[in-house]
Amino acid sequence: MRDFWSRFKRNRGAVAGLAILVIVVAVAALAPVLFPQSPWKMVQRPFLPPLTMDALPLGTDALGRNVLSGLAYGAQVSLLIGLVSTVVSLLIGIPIGALAGYFGGWVDDGLMRFTEFFQTVPNFALAIVLVAIFEPSVQSIIGAIAIVSWPPVARLVRGEVLSLRSREYVEAAILSGQKNSTIILRQILPNTLSPIIVLASLMVATAILLESSLSFLGLGDPNLMSWGYMIGAARTVIRQAWWLSFFPGFAILMTVLALNLIGEGLNDALNPRLSRKGK
Amino acid sequence: MLRFIALRLVKAAVILIAIVTLNFFLIHAAPGDPAAVMAGEAGAADEIFLQQLKEQFGLDKPLLTQLGIYLAGVVQLDLGFSYRQQMPVAELIWDRLPATLLLTTAAFVISLVLGTLAGVLASARVGKWSDTLISTVALLFYATPLYWAALMAVLLFSVQLNWLPGFGYETVGGNYTGFARVLDIAQHLILPASTLGLFFMAVYMRMTRASMLEVSTLDFVKTARAKGLKPGLIQRRHIFRNAMLPVVTLAGLQAGQLVGGAVLTETVFAWPGIGRLMFDALAQRDYNVLLGVFFVSAAMVLLFNLVTDILYRVVDPRIRAS
Amino acid sequence: MTDTSSVLQIKGLQIALPEGADRPFAVDDVSYDLKAGEILCIVGESGSGKSMSANAMMGLLPDLVRPTAGEILFHDTDLLKLSEDALRDLRGKKIAMIFQEPMSALNPLMRVDDQIAEVFEAHDLLSPAERRTRAIELLTEVGIPDPEKAARAYPFQLSGGQRQRVMIAMALALEPEILIADEPTTALDVTTQAQILKLIADLQERHGMAVMFITHDFGVVAEIADRVAVMQLGKIVEHGNADEVLDHPQHDYTRKLIAAIPKLHADDAEEADTKKTALEVIGLTKTYRSGGGLFGGPERVVHAVNDISFKLGVGETLGVVGESGSGKSSVGRCLVRLQDPDQGSVLLDGEDMATLTGEKLRTVRKSIQMIFQDPFASLNPRSKIGRIIAEGPIAHGVPAKQAYAKAAELLDLVGLDPSAIDRYPHEFSGGQRQRIGIARALALEPEIIIADEAVSALDVSIQAQVLDLLDDLKTRLNLSLVFITHDLRVAAQICDRIAVMQKGNLVELGTASDIFNNPKSDYTRSLIEAIPGREKELAAAG
Repeated sequence: MRDFWSRFKRNRGAVAGLAILVIVVAVAALAPVLFPQSPWKMVQRPFLPPLTMDALPLGTDALGRNVLSGLAYGAQVSLLIGLVSTVVSLLIGIPIGALAGYFGGWVDDGLMRFTEFFQTVPNFALAIVLVAIFEPSVQSIIGAIAIVSWPPVARLVRGEVLSLRSREYVEAAILSGQKNSTIILRQILPNTLSPIIVLASLMVATAILLESSLSFLGLGDPNLMSWGYMIGAARTVIRQAWWLSFFPGFAILMTVLALNLIGEGLNDALNPRLSRKGK
Repeated sequence: MLRFIALRLVKAAVILIAIVTLNFFLIHAAPGDPAAVMAGEAGAADEIFLQQLKEQFGLDKPLLTQLGIYLAGVVQLDLGFSYRQQMPVAELIWDRLPATLLLTTAAFVISLVLGTLAGVLASARVGKWSDTLISTVALLFYATPLYWAALMAVLLFSVQLNWLPGFGYETVGGNYTGFARVLDIAQHLILPASTLGLFFMAVYMRMTRASMLEVSTLDFVKTARAKGLKPGLIQRRHIFRNAMLPVVTLAGLQAGQLVGGAVLTETVFAWPGIGRLMFDALAQRDYNVLLGVFFVSAAMVLLFNLVTDILYRVVDPRIRAS
Repeated sequence: MTDTSSVLQIKGLQIALPEGADRPFAVDDVSYDLKAGEILCIVGESGSGKSMSANAMMGLLPDLVRPTAGEILFHDTDLLKLSEDALRDLRGKKIAMIFQEPMSALNPLMRVDDQIAEVFEAHDLLSPAERRTRAIELLTEVGIPDPEKAARAYPFQLSGGQRQRVMIAMALALEPEILIADEPTTALDVTTQAQILKLIADLQERHGMAVMFITHDFGVVAEIADRVAVMQLGKIVEHGNADEVLDHPQHDYTRKLIAAIPKLHADDAEEADTKKTALEVIGLTKTYRSGGGLFGGPERVVHAVNDISFKLGVGETLGVVGESGSGKSSVGRCLVRLQDPDQGSVLLDGEDMATLTGEKLRTVRKSIQMIFQDPFASLNPRSKIGRIIAEGPIAHGVPAKQAYAKAAELLDLVGLDPSAIDRYPHEFSGGQRQRIGIARALALEPEIIIADEAVSALDVSIQAQVLDLLDDLKTRLNLSLVFITHDLRVAAQICDRIAVMQKGNLVELGTASDIFNNPKSDYTRSLIEAIPGREKELAAAG
């Protein structure tokens, strides 16, 4: 573990990314404390520019809502959806990849055709269709993102399992009479952990981008203030109020950047020799 | 080669049928009456129209029969009717398709050319400041929300500097013809195509750089050096050609994302393509249009994948033989 | 050979390794000469730094590895002081190099003749058409069948031996004064190796080149060297004429290395027939099919194992010997059912291993275990040694505590400290890992052990120790051993009987001494004649 940290630390970008992420997480966690009022509530006149009032450093939007408060609550939505949808994709992708890689043959053929299908389908368009048809809500958004994001996980895990399966220690485990389930869970999957962790950190970033894009198009959960929604709502007034689109976008950029940097750091720390591509 | 193409076409057809089937089940999984879903926003369609739909698609018959009717329709290029726009969906899409093809092709070319160039440059100066600069910029592009980059580009180049048009496909009321019109469209194309290309430029740059560095550690590069070849030649002939193989594969895989990105770019720039069509359909919950655009964009991706696969076989003799 | 001119003199060469390496210098205070028209072998085990001086003179050292002292004089010019441009001009023209892996040493996307023509292009010689003609001439000279066709081929269309010939043709193109050969035959089969060694020796004579031949194999040294330099941990420990060094090694390390080489002398085995049979294989067949189907093109069929039958006596060691692609490993894998044979039976205590499935297979498989080739891939990097050994018995219902106690005993048995039980695989060397692998195989108290190239990845001195251990355990525990190997020397040392395989067929089965002294089939004979260093050994034995 200390080894891991010292290697992670060597990547300065990753440390910076971690710092940014810690800030974002803190803001999200403290949002209800910092801004007890609902972010949807009108607090001042509309289109108040940034730095004109101390209480509203980032100004107000077209309906007089506090932009800074919106950003803080938006962080919650981004992190929540990014994290949960990644966990769901892992729960779909890991078993599919592990079964395909371990059993091979027609199991592999079938599962991989299935995976290929989801990989070929334009994933953002599919996410739009899914959310639109099932009506926007946190659940439908998480589901849609997970459905379009799991194929890379399955392919990665399958590849890893396939190469580990022919590794001699797995063959030794087969000969020593261990059951398939034991071999997959105890011999193989623990050794695929590092690349999965790296991929997962990048997937959280992609999920946040996806969520914000959906919200931008008006497919966000109508009850939640999210960064993408803020930009989408400000799109038509960009000529009058640049700050309404600028700050939420910048927040997304920094969060996604932080996660990507952390992913690279994890990659350096966990796979010292190999640097794999998640995509 | 011919058999390979035939095989791939069959595969593409199977995937398309699967997508249509998926669309069909999505309509039925949606909350509410399938006829109402097909007609668009609930309550917007009148009873007579709903009744027509029910008869046309046999909505009172068993599910499999319905699927058959639906599939047969798609095979005849019938993607349904947009009640909202009072036009067949296929016609709507057909009108908008050229603009999207122009936009995505331009974005693809820009991102591939600039991305690989930057990647080669960075790999040649690995660890130096220019590599750091290129890699950092790529990382930023990689993390930038596409639609936000588009908005900021409009703000900067169109609103502030007034260098380029930030809206539409050509000047409204310009009535340009011939070459002047081409130039006008090209001017309108620059901002959308480059913002759509940003993310992909970063992807190709990172891939090219990593791949160049990896290939340069391989044994045959050592052989080339042992021959006494000049570094530039080794770079071009031995490293670059081998390093491009994974980039080509990636380009094929990314095609789907390019079409998805077009929805966002076209929305911001009011580019009259199928992406903008999808955005408008979203607001009106015009499901037939949504599903139609989804189907056509999947078909575009399949076509593009076919092209990259053929390209791959041309470049790599090992695949050709197997 | 006249002892007149040294083409190359290395004086006091020191090459520093990056920080954090296992020692400060890759080579330290290394000096030797290379004379015109001789073959100098640099011998050493892995990590001895034997390739470093050659890479340094080509300017091909890995990043962060730098020469820090000494000089490399090529006709009085110090190569270490030469500019990159001047050195590049020498490369390929005056000094040429061939590498270990002919598979990866050629650009996969370029045709063979284009790659040879590049050598001329690099030095601005000849017109493009002339380059092509020369390429074909060179391919003819290195003995590639159908050179016109080979010239237009891509590397993946050639065999390993042919690729190495292409590399040699490339190296010869500009008639260099020095040819550096870095383990050029290590990746090749023994018969191909013999052909390549002969080719290099012939070309050396015909062109009067000086050859620096880097190898780990004393057999190869005996076959080809005029002079030898033995390296250990970055230093030259012994240096002299090949005959002297091989017959009267002075340094302890050299003596140890030479003593560790398995001798080609096979003892007369006790009659195996009188013994009880541990395993009987009847008509074992395994065929691989690829392609075919609706769109897959013509089906390719490989008969990996073709109707093979043999018996293994209790307490016997049976060698299965063959080159790559002979099917020897498939036989081993079919015996333990890591692969399912298409036909035939494997009789073990009256059960047919070949057809068992499920729970029954799991139980019967206890008595037939395997030792693997790669000491680094054969242990789960995330498991402690104790668990690795105890897992098998636990899976078969032995209480964990008892299984771990047994694991400690087994570690002791294979010559490791029982405290190893709480450590991870990466803390052990290759030889130690192989001992752990043996302990794991023994944990289920098998009657039969299949050793699949179990010592091939080890250095020769470690190899000897592991072979001794196996032999000892076999006698003590009354095991029967199937020993699969490509190395006839190893087979000669450890096996009672030997089965020779070629392209899936069993070409000959007999006692070890019969196989070596009286081979019946032509193929066996060609295999034995190809063993490097054999003639010298025969001569020495009188």
